[in-house]
Amino acid sequence: MKSLEELKAIREKMQGQIGMRSEHAQDTRVVVGMATCGIASGARPVLNTLVKEVEDRKLEHVIVTQTGCIGLCQYEPIVEVYEPGKEKVTYVKVNEEKAKEILEQHLVRGQVVDKYLLHVAENM
Amino acid sequence: MYRSHVLVCGGTGCTSSGSQQIIQTLKDELKKNKLQNEVAVVKTGCHGLCAEGPVMIVYPEAVFYSKVRPEDVEEIVSEHLLKGRIVERLVYHEAQTPEGIKSLNETTFYKKQHRIALRNCGVINPESIDEYIGTGGYEALGKVLTEMTPDDVIQTILDSGLRGRGGAGFPTGLKWRFASGNRGNVQKYVCCNADEGDPGAFMDRSVLEGDPHVVLEAMAIAGYAIGADQGYIYVRAEYPIAVERLQIAINQAREYGLLGKNIFDTGFNFDIELRLGAGAFVCGEETALMTSIEGNRGEPRPRPPFPAVKGLFQSPTILNNVETWANIPQIILRGPKWFASMGTEKSKGTKVFALGGKINNTGLVEIPMGTTLRTVIEDIGGGIPNGKKFKAAQTGGPSGGCIPAEHFDIPIDYDNLISIGSMMGSGGLIVMDEDTCMVDIAKFFLQFTVDESCGKCTPCRVGTKRLLELLEKITDGRGTLEDIDKMEELCYYIKDNALCGLGQTAPNPVLSTLRYFRDEYVEHVVNKRCPAGVCKKLITYKIDPVKCKGCTLCARNCPVNAIEGQVKVAHSIDTSKCVKCGTCIDKCRFGAIYKE
Repeated sequence: MKSLEELKAIREKMQGQIGMRSEHAQDTRVVVGMATCGIASGARPVLNTLVKEVEDRKLEHVIVTQTGCIGLCQYEPIVEVYEPGKEKVTYVKVNEEKAKEILEQHLVRGQVVDKYLLHVAENM
Repeated sequence: MYRSHVLVCGGTGCTSSGSQQIIQTLKDELKKNKLQNEVAVVKTGCHGLCAEGPVMIVYPEAVFYSKVRPEDVEEIVSEHLLKGRIVERLVYHEAQTPEGIKSLNETTFYKKQHRIALRNCGVINPESIDEYIGTGGYEALGKVLTEMTPDDVIQTILDSGLRGRGGAGFPTGLKWRFASGNRGNVQKYVCCNADEGDPGAFMDRSVLEGDPHVVLEAMAIAGYAIGADQGYIYVRAEYPIAVERLQIAINQAREYGLLGKNIFDTGFNFDIELRLGAGAFVCGEETALMTSIEGNRGEPRPRPPFPAVKGLFQSPTILNNVETWANIPQIILRGPKWFASMGTEKSKGTKVFALGGKINNTGLVEIPMGTTLRTVIEDIGGGIPNGKKFKAAQTGGPSGGCIPAEHFDIPIDYDNLISIGSMMGSGGLIVMDEDTCMVDIAKFFLQFTVDESCGKCTPCRVGTKRLLELLEKITDGRGTLEDIDKMEELCYYIKDNALCGLGQTAPNPVLSTLRYFRDEYVEHVVNKRCPAGVCKKLITYKIDPVKCKGCTLCARNCPVNAIEGQVKVAHSIDTSKCVKCGTCIDKCRFGAIYKE
């Protein structure tokens, strides 16, 4: 027999999953470039890392999604962050480690991680 | 951990248009692309937009694909799920705008809806109790068992203003209060009426298929409120998917201890069993339904005594409709004030309607009470196909009546519909355009009630039969003006004298069409003409010799060889052979064939 506490635990476990199935007009969108170029340079583990981290940290206002070729194939994997009312932020050549850092710094603490930005990479 | 959820509708509508094969192909394609651990496939209940089925929604982007075929799945997987490129040609046409893909909740079909009873339909996997719990399921049951007294529960339902969604609109809380006396000392029962029988109605089926646990939870809440430990769901056997999912849900709930003995360790016991109906319409009537559960032939008995006093197995019983049950847990969790804030003065909350007939968006909608018929038909329903004009809407099935164009702006609620001679009914809403003959519609529903009358009482058994004969006389062109008056008199006689709801409401389709479309009856009788061109005995098919090009297409397709003529010479129809099937009109490319 389930107790009320067990019911609550199931609910919390499932909420992260089912929460994806609603529309998020006011949420922050994290978009990973997942065209052939992105996948070839390792976008898939980046995408999956972001999904897992967002779920683990219960960031309910963040959705992780994917897009096609952004057009900057040499900078893939590319991760774009769209926050409501703010300008788009583009991170380039992201890997799993960098993805975790971006999540921690940008999405949790609200500080853009300058060193991975597109214009920084361009000037290198 | 899945990064994307693909929801495929597994309701009856989409299943019959092939969604099972889509799910299988989808799983195969995901495996082929090694995505099976990243993308979840969820078979859900009805999304409502049955006309666009099979439907598929991809989250987190919330992209709504419509009319998906199995051969489209490969592209969806390789383009959208693998590479993140939305397959635009498959996106629901209304969501495609020049500015890009519109979100689903912004389309007119969904924008004006408000989903309470249907809140989980098309969102969760109905075969997973964990998903139901994930959306707050069984929390209301936990709340009533640990924080509320049975009387608190009844008071909450009373305060919410919830009325029975099966059609009659009796206040649900009041029904519960009548059955609440003498708790713990007598055996009582809680029943669910899932014997949805109105032609064109499928609201209850969709709730059972899309969110079966909500009914179980609500019935357990009622069991606590009135002091019952046993529930029965009477569901028609013609709903195989609903029956299967209900049984799965009951088994899961028992396994979790949410049904059975000592629920949440509070000492409260409650269990539910299914009973299958064999397809008799009369078994949707409460006393007949209970007689059928008892194992007897499904026939009604006089009331009083009402079921709340003497119901199933002679014990106090409450019986509510599926949609009524689906509202209960939300009322408990969000409070009666929240519920009562929606709707009109005497009709609170929302109502689910099954849109059918001559309408573009055939499907399931849930709207706040008081929404106008115009909003439902023109906005949500997408209007009438082929530029035809709205003639009337039929609500309440064989017990209801029609709403003519002059009442197009009436706010829909229980009392307004009764004041114009129709009724809410269980929620079937059949739209009719100018090609519909109202006498023929009345005849259709009467034919239904004559077939379904159980035969126990004379006014219904014989009265409806006589009424049908009079209608047939009129549509055959043999009617007199006296027949119309006689019919009206007979209608009131049946209404006053029939034993149960079936007979008492059977004349409604005749009365309401007489009220608003009497001129059509008169036209049939006096001029022997059917203005809509439907009643076969009153029309003849003719070929316009000027328009006819002599292509022979009609003659070749006529099933009874009634059309004669040579190539490139105007044809003619032998009216003595013609069976008026209309095939020639459909086939003619020059519009040369007409009805008179």
